[in-house]
Amino acid sequence: MSRILVRGGRVLDPASERDGPADVLVEDGCIAQVAAGIAAEDALIVDASGCWVTPGFIDLHTHLREPGQEYKEDIATGGRAAVAGGFTAVACMANTDPVNDDPATTDFILDRARHDSPARVYPVAAATRRLEGQELTEMSALVDAGAVAFSDDGRTIMDGGVMRNVLEYSRLVEVPIISHAEDRGLVAGGVVNEGAVSTRLGLPGNPAVAEEVLVARDLLLAEFTRAHLHVAHVSTRGAVELIRRARERGVHVTAEVAPHHLTLTDEAALGYDTNTRVAPPLRSAADRDACRAGLVDGTLDAIATDHAPHAQHEKELDFASAPPGMIGLETALAVVLDLVRSGELSPIELVRRLSTNPARILSRPGGTLEVGAPADVTVVDPEKRWLYDPAKGYSKARNSPWTGQTLSGRAVATLVGGRLVYDAMRGILV
Amino acid sequence: MIGRDLLGIEDLERAEIERILDTALHMSEIGRREVKKVPTLRGRTIVNLFFEPSTRTRASFEIAGKRLSADVINFSPGSSSLTKAESILDTARTLDAMDPDAVVVRHSVAGVPSRIAEVLAAPVINAGDGAHEHPTQALLDLLTVRQEKGRIDGLTVTIVGDIVHSRVARSNIYGFRRLGAEVRVVGPPPMIPASVETLGVKSYTSLREALDGADVVMALRIQNERLSGAYTPSIREYSATFGIDRATLRFAKDDAIVMHPGPVNRGVELSHDLADHRPSVILDQVRNGVAVRMAVLYLFSGRPPREAADREVRP
Repeated sequence: MSRILVRGGRVLDPASERDGPADVLVEDGCIAQVAAGIAAEDALIVDASGCWVTPGFIDLHTHLREPGQEYKEDIATGGRAAVAGGFTAVACMANTDPVNDDPATTDFILDRARHDSPARVYPVAAATRRLEGQELTEMSALVDAGAVAFSDDGRTIMDGGVMRNVLEYSRLVEVPIISHAEDRGLVAGGVVNEGAVSTRLGLPGNPAVAEEVLVARDLLLAEFTRAHLHVAHVSTRGAVELIRRARERGVHVTAEVAPHHLTLTDEAALGYDTNTRVAPPLRSAADRDACRAGLVDGTLDAIATDHAPHAQHEKELDFASAPPGMIGLETALAVVLDLVRSGELSPIELVRRLSTNPARILSRPGGTLEVGAPADVTVVDPEKRWLYDPAKGYSKARNSPWTGQTLSGRAVATLVGGRLVYDAMRGILV
Repeated sequence: MIGRDLLGIEDLERAEIERILDTALHMSEIGRREVKKVPTLRGRTIVNLFFEPSTRTRASFEIAGKRLSADVINFSPGSSSLTKAESILDTARTLDAMDPDAVVVRHSVAGVPSRIAEVLAAPVINAGDGAHEHPTQALLDLLTVRQEKGRIDGLTVTIVGDIVHSRVARSNIYGFRRLGAEVRVVGPPPMIPASVETLGVKSYTSLREALDGADVVMALRIQNERLSGAYTPSIREYSATFGIDRATLRFAKDDAIVMHPGPVNRGVELSHDLADHRPSVILDQVRNGVAVRMAVLYLFSGRPPREAADREVRP
């Protein structure tokens, strides 16, 4: 069976707290040895000198758009974009067409993923049928089929009674309920963060309190039902603070933050670039800084991309009609390396939030380079400078606010289950 | 000086605004002639690209263009593409291929004129985009106030009503501030934009306080659908609280003038009597609208095409 030796890198393994130079030997799909100076003459050598060797990144929040919206993205292209960005697994949201609310659709996604995607795909099933926020989905059957979590994502469950039942019922299957917390009444058609920027742009504002009201509700419901709540893409200072306090009380809550909410502010929308329209919206500098602080102190567990591909013609509509969302799988690493360069996070702590914590939240393998673990490995050149052109990327979509920018840091090799699926010189290898 | 496009008053320097107003003054003379036409823009094509229905502003631009002898074409993709969701950039590229000399754009959503300007060789004139800007409206308001008061510097201007949804309010705030006036806004609190003070205005909830010492009272048009509960409880309560009539006007200066961008909801924003008689100057505003738009078309149209390198190239 194949052997791969990732040689000469700096191994960053949060699970074992290892941070130092070592070689990583991969055998039969698993990590076989992590040590200095491993000799393996017959192995395929991956040169990692000057690079970090980390457990593969796991994205808790991706939209793969298949089935039904393959013109935006599909499991093959999304999976390729994932491994090119250093992600060895992605959790894909249920807002496909048909909605992933029954085991047959979950089966279909997993079947497609096995054939088409170099990255592992973990389906997130809908929490309610057709994402309508009324009837629960068959959670037991969906988990048996392979669903790893439940969420109505962008279609927030507005009825508190239904949300209570969703959380309560989820204890049967012991998987997280992922909440996209935005109160539709308070959002009121808002398309940019409400504040000085929305006032200047003349676009309807979406206030921070629209997110905070529902984060507060869901935290209270999680406490009441003793279920596992996972808060998606936290974007406001108030939401970070609510989660921090809930954790202190022992509520079973985890949370993620997106690269764009860690680095951009609503001022990015000042030119009306529809690629800056996202839900929840880019917020103020104070919100962004609170999200960074929350990620650093552990209030926010993980970085998740909310990779949301849309076709070019959809983003060429006016700002209010263009659908919200931006792609992120191929840029996430470079964008969040900003927290390492600023000194807010050490490299190993960044890897924990990209890999180890997401694996723990979903109770999936991965997130570790310990011997015997599946060999999902990402090799990162943290200094690599590159010009980002989405047209040259693997995603079908181009809706990125980083288009045309020179970014620093890139995945240069990605292994999934012991197979080299991507390297920066040759591209996708499967 | 003046830039290629007229997208908003926010982008204009004081001298640029004054130049447009001075030019408009010359243009208004043409409107008083027996033969209201000069050959200035003969052979030029001006496209009125109105995604949002409009009769008054479109007519004003059309008359302005025709008085300057331009060929004016009205293009209204509006209603049909609401369902079709045609790419606005596709529309712009289509127009661009017809080589217009200026394109006048109106859209119900903020930012569309500036996106269109990115792909169009011809200059773009914003005729109102969502709640963002309506620069020619502010210019005609400035011209009207300058005629009435002889100056803008040092005046106090109170804008009343639905500020949050108003492009007229934003453009006037920028324009009057840039020319040295103090600007106040007042209206039901849900109709006051977040952080409105960042625009350099003072915000009030009491109409009486907001009018105290005002030289200019500008009532905004309020959409009927916003009067029925979500923003303010009822028409009756709105007109009782924020409607302008001769009684409330007594709080302003004795020689205060009353303005309205039209069309007036009589008995709501303004009393019947004020809508028709001084000190309201509504028809002067309309008249000045044509002159200001002639000035704008004259100053902005027919410039050499935008450098291809500056334009967004279709990938």
